Amino acid sequence: MTSFAKPHINLKHAKRNALGLTRHDYEGAMSTLCAGCGHDSVTACMAKAFFELSIEPHRAVKISGIGCSSKTTAYFLSESHGNNTVHGRMPSVATGAAAANAGLTYIGVSGDGDSLSIGMGQFAHAIRRNVNMLYMLENNGVYGLTKGQFSASADIGSKSKKGEVNLSPPIDPVTLALSLGATFVARAFSGDREQLVPLIKAGLKHNGFGLIDVISPCVSFNDHVGSTKSYAHTYKYYHPAVHADYVPMSEEIKTSYAAGEAVPVELHDGGSIVLRKLDEDYDPRDRGAAYAQIAERDAKGEIVTGLLYIDESREDMAAMNKLTSRPLNTFPYDELCPGSDALTALQKGFR
Amino acid sequence: MSTPMNTPGINDFVIKLANVNGTGSASANGLLMKSIFRMGVPVVGKNVFPSNIQGLPTWYEIRVTGAGYGARSGNVDMMVAMNANTYARDIAELRPGGVLIYDSTWPRQHVLSRTDVTVLGVPLAQMCNAAFKVARSRVLMKNMAYVGAVAALLSIDVEVIRTLVREMFAKKPKLVDLNMQALALGYDYAMEHFECPLPFKVERLDETKNKIMIDGNTAAGLGCVYAGATVGAWYPITPSTSLMDAFKKWCEKFRVDPKTGEHNYCIIQAEDELAAVGMVVGASWNGARAFTPTSGPGISLMSEFIGFAYYAEIPLVLFDVQRVGPSTGMPTRTQQGDVQMCAYASHGDTRHILLFPAHPGECFTMAADAFDLAERYQTPVFVLSDIDIGMNDWMVDELEWDDARQPDRGKVLNAEQIESLEQFHRYKDVDGDGIAYRTLPGTHPKGAYFTRGSGHNADGNYTENEAEYQEVLDRLVRKWRGAADHVPAPIVKKAKGGKARWGILAYGSSDCAVLEACDTLAAEGLHMDYMRIRGFPFSDEVSDFVMAHDHVFVVEQNRDAQLRGLLLLETQIPRAKLLPLLHYSGEPLTSHFVHEHIKDAARQEQSA
Ligand SMILES: Cc1ncc(C[n+]2csc(CCOP(=O)(O)OP(=O)(O)O)c2C)c(N)n1
Ligand code: SF4
Ligand SMILES: [Mg+2]
Repeated sequence: MTSFAKPHINLKHAKRNALGLTRHDYEGAMSTLCAGCGHDSVTACMAKAFFELSIEPHRAVKISGIGCSSKTTAYFLSESHGNNTVHGRMPSVATGAAAANAGLTYIGVSGDGDSLSIGMGQFAHAIRRNVNMLYMLENNGVYGLTKGQFSASADIGSKSKKGEVNLSPPIDPVTLALSLGATFVARAFSGDREQLVPLIKAGLKHNGFGLIDVISPCVSFNDHVGSTKSYAHTYKYYHPAVHADYVPMSEEIKTSYAAGEAVPVELHDGGSIVLRKLDEDYDPRDRGAAYAQIAERDAKGEIVTGLLYIDESREDMAAMNKLTSRPLNTFPYDELCPGSDALTALQKGFR
Repeated sequence: MSTPMNTPGINDFVIKLANVNGTGSASANGLLMKSIFRMGVPVVGKNVFPSNIQGLPTWYEIRVTGAGYGARSGNVDMMVAMNANTYARDIAELRPGGVLIYDSTWPRQHVLSRTDVTVLGVPLAQMCNAAFKVARSRVLMKNMAYVGAVAALLSIDVEVIRTLVREMFAKKPKLVDLNMQALALGYDYAMEHFECPLPFKVERLDETKNKIMIDGNTAAGLGCVYAGATVGAWYPITPSTSLMDAFKKWCEKFRVDPKTGEHNYCIIQAEDELAAVGMVVGASWNGARAFTPTSGPGISLMSEFIGFAYYAEIPLVLFDVQRVGPSTGMPTRTQQGDVQMCAYASHGDTRHILLFPAHPGECFTMAADAFDLAERYQTPVFVLSDIDIGMNDWMVDELEWDDARQPDRGKVLNAEQIESLEQFHRYKDVDGDGIAYRTLPGTHPKGAYFTRGSGHNADGNYTENEAEYQEVLDRLVRKWRGAADHVPAPIVKKAKGGKARWGILAYGSSDCAVLEACDTLAAEGLHMDYMRIRGFPFSDEVSDFVMAHDHVFVVEQNRDAQLRGLLLLETQIPRAKLLPLLHYSGEPLTSHFVHEHIKDAARQEQSA
């Protein structure tokens, strides 16, 4: 599978963002995924979110592991660097990259196989470190690229295309992330762009590790009757609980939401994420309660979606490490090397 | 093989201290060594310790060598036997005519088993129990008491020791008094009961003037700071842990903004070595100088990423402080067992750059070299030290830094350069040296490319086309070969007086033992040329050296003659020319071992 260049045509009257760029400027190479694959919808949402946020494409960094999902970093933002690393190890590369230059926007793309089996350790530890990045986990319940084996997110009782029934309990990235102290946890569905685009924007603006677990059906290996990750199944059991919108500093928060429903969460950049409860009983600011609700409703087969938890108060990795605001990769050498006099002086301690 | 028999003399003998680990002996032994060093007399110290926190046997060997040799000799002239569990073995090791010191608080019949050594009993426990109240002090102070006794016997200047004690406990003045008291207990007892000094003893010299005592990990950590490294990621493993400890210590000293308290470095303790090297990949790809220290088991885990970095052409600096393998092996014992693994780490056709420091001084310089090479060649570079270099204090020349030195950051395009390009081709050999230009994220929209470990062409695009794939792979090996003349060059020590028929090749921590063996052999009429290899890929000089001799001994600290194997794979040298001389017990190599083996081989050849 080769990546094909897509013709770049800017329509004359195309909508432009604050940088004067159009949606096309946020696209990438032509996708080589199967027609109808959920991952392609997620890719489109990503391009749209970056466009709407007016992020300069070359100031964004895309990092991924291995899998159909991980390939998608080639299919958006062709003007930003991408790093398609090795299977399950995207988080460590993103962590190192963020340490070297905290001034860029980092987006990690992974799959359920990449994140929950081979890469579960790195996934968990990136959450603990609160690396400032948005982590897209494109979840289809199978290993698409190796042709449909169950992944660790497959539900008990879910059937494979060949009729095999999964018997092991699933690993749910959302409750896992909550238990690990994640500061932004969302679940979405590739079939609902209205929900996903604002979530991606909020996740990109969140300071710290943002997880979006996107149910993203695999049309080739897991979209049949009996699969709990099919389009049909997801549409049926899908339940948005909290809607989230990013509102930049310049815009005033609209008061059109009924009082008590809209909760603005202030962000480091001065903007805010406005939470709108669709489900009255759900509180995305209470980790324990959120965990309990999600676990309970997961067990019933309900797919709770939206921004399920947010905490803007915790320090991210850079702050915990007291990193300077200047990116480490921009320090001139003279500022880093202590020089010969210091060397002579320190060696007095070695005599 | 015989034991060495040369008699000890002034400033020429070996003290071995047998202790139980976790009893505080290491600092007392270090202090003893340092006091001799401060008297201007060169010393060699080797700490042989178990992979354990408390209760197992540990040894510390101090060689006093006015001649300034750097290796273990293989002799033991004075044994301080403080571990009842290893008495038998410790006593047996003593050279005939040597001196045994033991704690005579309890009767020890078996210490009298040898009649050819002088046995000196010092009631250490008894004296310390009487003098100190706290149980822990009673244990700890025994160490300082035997240091006192040894000082009396070897005529070590007690004032020098006292100064060291004051420096060591500068922050805990209470301990100064206790230690001084213990020191005096041992010293006075020895002066009163034995004929001091012994025939072999320390006499002041002026041979340690521009020298320091430092371990390789401390020096390597310092080298990383001087190289301008800003990101370090690691997972704890003996014997590399102290390298990151050192980097942290020096960063806290030099890299914290005094006003804001902000750091211009980032140290990340990873969840495992896979993550540690992944972080280095990410940081280096993003333009920071980044490194990871580890040991053999860590390299095994890092292999997938090493291949990724090789193929995607991302600079990586890895320190492999080698320990005994295979598997967990003997984690606190030394070996050169990772040479071949590092040379070709990861699946597929991969070849890497290796550097072989021989002592802590080179850990410092080669740390800096490693970053230059990694960025210049956009590839993994391994600094292969070992536990002997990494964790023992060595006497080396004072470290020097040339303030005019600028780092070689390699071919990285800045925004203006990218702007002026028609199109950026990530993996194109523009200059014909096999090294392509790279760009850093965030620089310029036209500089963006997709880094991948999958098959790619000169543009960085995915390919399964054979010609495009091979073009990149062939360039990679050309690029690697180009490094042969840029890794630190071999160092040759020619035999005195004409052409030597035989040569020796060695690398890393074997150097000192070989240098001394060459002197001993020469004194016996066997003249050898010696080449120390310091980097891989090998330069032509290495083959030329071998071809100029009938036979060349390849001295290594592993079972499988790993460097010899590399030489046979990578050069045209005929197999029969290279004679392996292998030492892999886990203890640092002795000059005696090298000398005896080569002497035997020479004798056999002459009689054949
Ligand atoms: C070390 C290693 N082991 C196995 C593989 C094979 N492999 C490639 S993708 C993949 C699973 C991907 O699953 P997922 O992350 O869910 O991605 P999807 O294709 O479903 O989007 C596996 C096992 C590999 N590339 N590397
Ligand atoms: S195999 Fe499945 S996951 Fe992969 S591209 Fe096709 S539909 Fe998508
Ligand atoms: Mg999957």
